[in-house]
Amino acid sequence: MNPVARVQEPDTLVDVRNLGIGFRVEGGSVQPAVRDVSFAIGRRSTLALVGESGSGKTVSAMSILGLLPGNAVVAAESRILYDRIDLLNCHPVELRGIRGKDISVIFQEPMSSLNPVLAVGDQISESLRVHLGLGRRAARARAIELLDEVGVPHPHLRIASFPHQLSGGQQQRVMIAMAISCEPKLLIADEPTTALDVTIQKQILELLAGLKERHGMSLLFITHDLALVGEIADEVVVMRHGQVQEHAPVRAIFESPAHPYTKALLACRPSLDRRPRRLPVIDDFMAGRGQMPDDEPPRSMGGPPILEVQGLAKRFRVDGGSFRSEYIDAVKDVSFRLEAGRTLGVVGESGSGKTTVGMTIMRLHEASAGRVLFEGRNLLELDDRQMQPYRRRIQIVFQNPYASLNPRFTIGQILLEPMRVHSIGDDDAQRLGRAQELLGRVDLPPDALHRYPHEFSGGQRQRIAIARCLTMKPDVLICDESVSALDVSVQAQVLNLLKDLQDEFGLAYVFISHDLAVVRYIADEVLVMNRGRVVEMADSQSIYTAPRDEYTRALLGSIPRGYVPAAMPPD
Amino acid sequence: MSSTGIQVTSPGLWALAWRRLRRDRVAVACLCIVAVYVALMLGSMLGLVAADWEDEAGVSYARPAFAARLQHRPSTEGAAPAEQRAPAVDLSDIDPLAPRYDEWRQRAGELGVTLQARSETLILGGDQWGRDVLKKTIKGSEVSIMVGLAAALIATLIGTLLGALAGYWGGRLNDLMEWVYNVFTSIPYILLILAFAAVLGRGVTTIIVILGLTGWTGIYRLVRAEYLKHREREYVLAAKAIGVSHAKRMFAHILPNTSHVVLVQFSLLVVAFIKTEVILSYLGLGVPVEVVSWGTILAESQDELVMGKWWQLTVAGAAMAMLVTAVSLLTDAMRDALDPKLR
Repeated sequence: MNPVARVQEPDTLVDVRNLGIGFRVEGGSVQPAVRDVSFAIGRRSTLALVGESGSGKTVSAMSILGLLPGNAVVAAESRILYDRIDLLNCHPVELRGIRGKDISVIFQEPMSSLNPVLAVGDQISESLRVHLGLGRRAARARAIELLDEVGVPHPHLRIASFPHQLSGGQQQRVMIAMAISCEPKLLIADEPTTALDVTIQKQILELLAGLKERHGMSLLFITHDLALVGEIADEVVVMRHGQVQEHAPVRAIFESPAHPYTKALLACRPSLDRRPRRLPVIDDFMAGRGQMPDDEPPRSMGGPPILEVQGLAKRFRVDGGSFRSEYIDAVKDVSFRLEAGRTLGVVGESGSGKTTVGMTIMRLHEASAGRVLFEGRNLLELDDRQMQPYRRRIQIVFQNPYASLNPRFTIGQILLEPMRVHSIGDDDAQRLGRAQELLGRVDLPPDALHRYPHEFSGGQRQRIAIARCLTMKPDVLICDESVSALDVSVQAQVLNLLKDLQDEFGLAYVFISHDLAVVRYIADEVLVMNRGRVVEMADSQSIYTAPRDEYTRALLGSIPRGYVPAAMPPD
Repeated sequence: MSSTGIQVTSPGLWALAWRRLRRDRVAVACLCIVAVYVALMLGSMLGLVAADWEDEAGVSYARPAFAARLQHRPSTEGAAPAEQRAPAVDLSDIDPLAPRYDEWRQRAGELGVTLQARSETLILGGDQWGRDVLKKTIKGSEVSIMVGLAAALIATLIGTLLGALAGYWGGRLNDLMEWVYNVFTSIPYILLILAFAAVLGRGVTTIIVILGLTGWTGIYRLVRAEYLKHREREYVLAAKAIGVSHAKRMFAHILPNTSHVVLVQFSLLVVAFIKTEVILSYLGLGVPVEVVSWGTILAESQDELVMGKWWQLTVAGAAMAMLVTAVSLLTDAMRDALDPKLR
């Protein structure tokens, strides 16, 4: 097929050539997912596959292991060479011998990758016994060693634990222990830290880098986050729409990106160092007019507060057995002030209570104590009827754009409902006009009114959710991880939209996020939460340049900063 | 990614589900079968089909046409040889009625009696009175399917409403509902039906009410579970944040999203109730004997089977089995087509 086939270089471990993969769809036609992708993974080096959702990065990596779904069609000229074996055309038995032994994989969701009914020790021992033929006792001893190596505390006790008894970070460590149990030559890590908190993410990355050095493995690291790549990769492959856009050493990617898409990916992610007025979006760069906008000067504070929260607390009752009740303090003594037209960022890791704060302010949870003053009126003591006018003025945008729109409603019904509830507009014709206007405002076509949510992408749905809130002309908008589930480029669009809307309508935002860089970009003031309590609150500038609290410092220190030349070992 | 303005009307979720269902050949076949049954049932209700089912068109236990061809030898067991009979004795001198015989014969001759020509065979055989089994089965479908549909409708309504209330509100109401549910399910089903039947008396309406009042438990549990799941979903929270009323959240927001469960349960109940009607009628607890239904046909045919008259049982049984199988397979396909998770 390939007349000028290169001789496999001795320092290449896996050579992927002209990979093309399509998926057979319902009608019987083949939808291409990956086209003409070639890259080589060197021995003892780390290659990063970077791209947004749908870029084909996971499909490319899984084809190495032969883990493609049943409807996948591999192009005839595709080759994946590992040790002179073509993995795409070898015998299934041969592939099974390689998979898990020479090449192993860790996935994004540790909880769904581990078998919930087996103790973690048994799960680690399984591959040891299958691939290395170890006996029960030897496998157990090796499993304890492995758990120790990946940094699980008390490995001899933990070996009998079940997955649900471990935290997310520990589960991912167990997955890594399983993956390295047979001393693989290549470890494929598919978004291994995306589901984890930043502090845990940093630990896992350090663990992977250390293991790679110690065992002389190669690492294929798949991620959507270029900043992560800078810390771990030697070479980077940037993919988009199933094709390789740029393939270069990590230094070149960060210092002199050649492809406009790479430049765009680097630029549209908010950074900790700068606070531009607007975020550039992919289209700007693809059209060749991309450049970093100017920084925004800090805005003045000190106006009258529109929303004031005093000593807010929320205690959940958990079932502690037949006659006992146990309580968990999800939120304790949270207080802040929010001025009209300003943004308060609430940051914290999972379980810090930040989402509960938003829910309690909205009265989606009933507060246990405290006051929420909206223009001086305590929302928590109003009954449903009195609350109704305030419902219009304070609104919430949720995290998951796939869950926050009713799948059985058309976009028109979704947008009209709040206006009907609050009698905004005289009749439906007028409301329809306003809905259409707002759709235009959030960059959606007017015919979207007659369509259903499932026809839209995640970013589009999030904009629909924002438009739904805007129909009521609210004064305060609570954004609960509203951009966290979106791709970087889409995230930039939505963040820009939020900023524009703030300027246009004078909205005040409570912006809840685990992502400190995003909060840095959008917030005027930042509130850091840990275990239900506020650990620090200050204006955005000072919290990022001079954090006072220990926890804030740790949090900031864990954020991947992209490629830092000094941090790299000299070649 | 960007949407063009070409497609103005877009397929809703129901249209998409229908499209998926149509691609499934088994489902389409089953749908056709069910449609034929429903058409026959409606036809018979309106008197278009099988209106003359009570005509005694054949001899008693007329054989089915195909079976008659297989063994066309007429049965001769009953006809004893004539010569073995004792010679006729003239009793006219001791018979007090003898003088009037001639008068009666004459009078009888004045009345025109036209004996209907009864055929030896019918398409699928005849029953004890020579009624066409095919027409009788079609007539019987009226009651059987009607009972299945109406009772399933009642049970689905009760189950959905109670499930929605318990799941949406939780707390005390949920506890109460669970208690009622547990009491209902702890009583053996047949016993419960017996009790209801004893109080309400027999009749088609009674059996519909009985089945409806006892069959809601399964669907209640499933709908309750769906509501427990959905009330925490973000789109419901968003509706609450907007200020949408409880009733609208329950029935306009959540109910359509549980429709796949409700619909599938409904058709499963139809199947179950058609079978239950048959069982109850067979046991003599169901519809009255003078009403023809598949159940009464089967009850009748248990004696016939001993005499070797198998066709009535076969036809009614096959009719029921075919409908039940078609509805079950259709339900399976519907679940696949409607389930939003599978997309």
